[in-house]
Amino acid sequence: MGHEIERREALKCMAWAGTGALYALSGGIARSAILDGAGTGAAPAAGFTFLQLSDSHIGFDKAANPDARATYREAIAKVKALAVKPDFIIHTGDITQLSRDNEFDDADQILRETGIPAFFVPGEHDMVDEGGGKAFLTRHGKGSKGAGWFSFDHQGVHFVGLVNVADLKPGGMGNLGAAQLAWLKADLAGRGASTPIVVFAHIPLWTVYEQWGWGTGDAQAALALLKRFGSVTILNGHIHQIVQKVEGRMTFHTARSTAFPQPAPGTAPSPGPQVVPPGQLRSVLGITDVTLRRGDQRIALIDSTLA
Amino acid sequence: MHSRLMIAVLIPVAAVTTSLASGRAHPPVAASARGKTLSARPAAPTAAAGPVAVHISNFTFGPKMVTVKVGQTVTWTNDDDIPHTVVATDKSFRSKVLDTGQSFSFTFTKPGQVAYFCSLHPMMTGKVTVAAR
Repeated sequence: MGHEIERREALKCMAWAGTGALYALSGGIARSAILDGAGTGAAPAAGFTFLQLSDSHIGFDKAANPDARATYREAIAKVKALAVKPDFIIHTGDITQLSRDNEFDDADQILRETGIPAFFVPGEHDMVDEGGGKAFLTRHGKGSKGAGWFSFDHQGVHFVGLVNVADLKPGGMGNLGAAQLAWLKADLAGRGASTPIVVFAHIPLWTVYEQWGWGTGDAQAALALLKRFGSVTILNGHIHQIVQKVEGRMTFHTARSTAFPQPAPGTAPSPGPQVVPPGQLRSVLGITDVTLRRGDQRIALIDSTLA
Repeated sequence: MHSRLMIAVLIPVAAVTTSLASGRAHPPVAASARGKTLSARPAAPTAAAGPVAVHISNFTFGPKMVTVKVGQTVTWTNDDDIPHTVVATDKSFRSKVLDTGQSFSFTFTKPGQVAYFCSLHPMMTGKVTVAAR
């Protein structure tokens, strides 16, 4: 099958290079594309860009990064320096370390400097206030359902923000739950299969590494609802490193953190903040710039580090 | 992380649970070694047996299984650089979020088995067996 070969070739080309990896999706077929380490040169003639930030962990101050606020500010400075101003930002969770008011406040203040509208889904660190997520919902849950899921449309692309960090079950991984899946089914019903879909959630919606809980137990039920669409891009955080795969017409991508790295799956006794040699921290933190070109359903993601 | 070493240190703690029950109160070994102050601890248990220490390290409850007697207290201390919680599956207890070095204690008053997990990282599970006096 020609497409299959093309896909495999593309996967090879998706290997890291320099400071960023870029790939493009056209009609569900991933293709290699040029790399742009600076992440500033992918301005589409007809289309738009948005930006993904993740795992800012405002309040984290341990050995792996004594000042997560400072590196978040650096990430925001990178956003402000982009040649093409993103239409909006999505933050894929773990905005804060401990869901504290001052952490949310500082995160808001730092992000607001961009002047770019932002959408948020919570990470598990944003759910540990006494109200079990109320602090997050009060700030970022306007117009959302349940624990904070929502959808919106932008220039013909349908965006869906899912929450897979609420009501987690003993022994399990991330969890969407029946109520959210029912909402997703209704949300997608009636949309044409040619509508490009971008789904974002904190924990990966595919199993990256079960032993560390890096997956979502009931993700398959969500992916089944998305299968009929011609272009589905799934953006996640949580694991603080880039992992990507293409499966059928779905592209999966996880973003770097702006706070600290975590070990690659299975390379350490457990996940958790990884201390890197002095001077190397910023080379493992970063942001993701996403370009959608209208018409050919092409999506390009450029990951750039803070180094 | 040096916490792997701590697990090794803690296994003997589990083994001496019976001697703890005979009245010798041991401070939680790893916590004192780290110089952490235990917080969120209620008043000392009235039972003769001292508290049993469970340390959270490398996303693992150690020891994963502990046995206590009715009236005995278990104290969980988070040694990781990431917050965790301790939540009973039957909802009989639930800690606040435990940041690095923070502890949570619960005194078991009924015999039986209580399974628990970390609500942030639900792969982390443990069990307390409460024996009648």
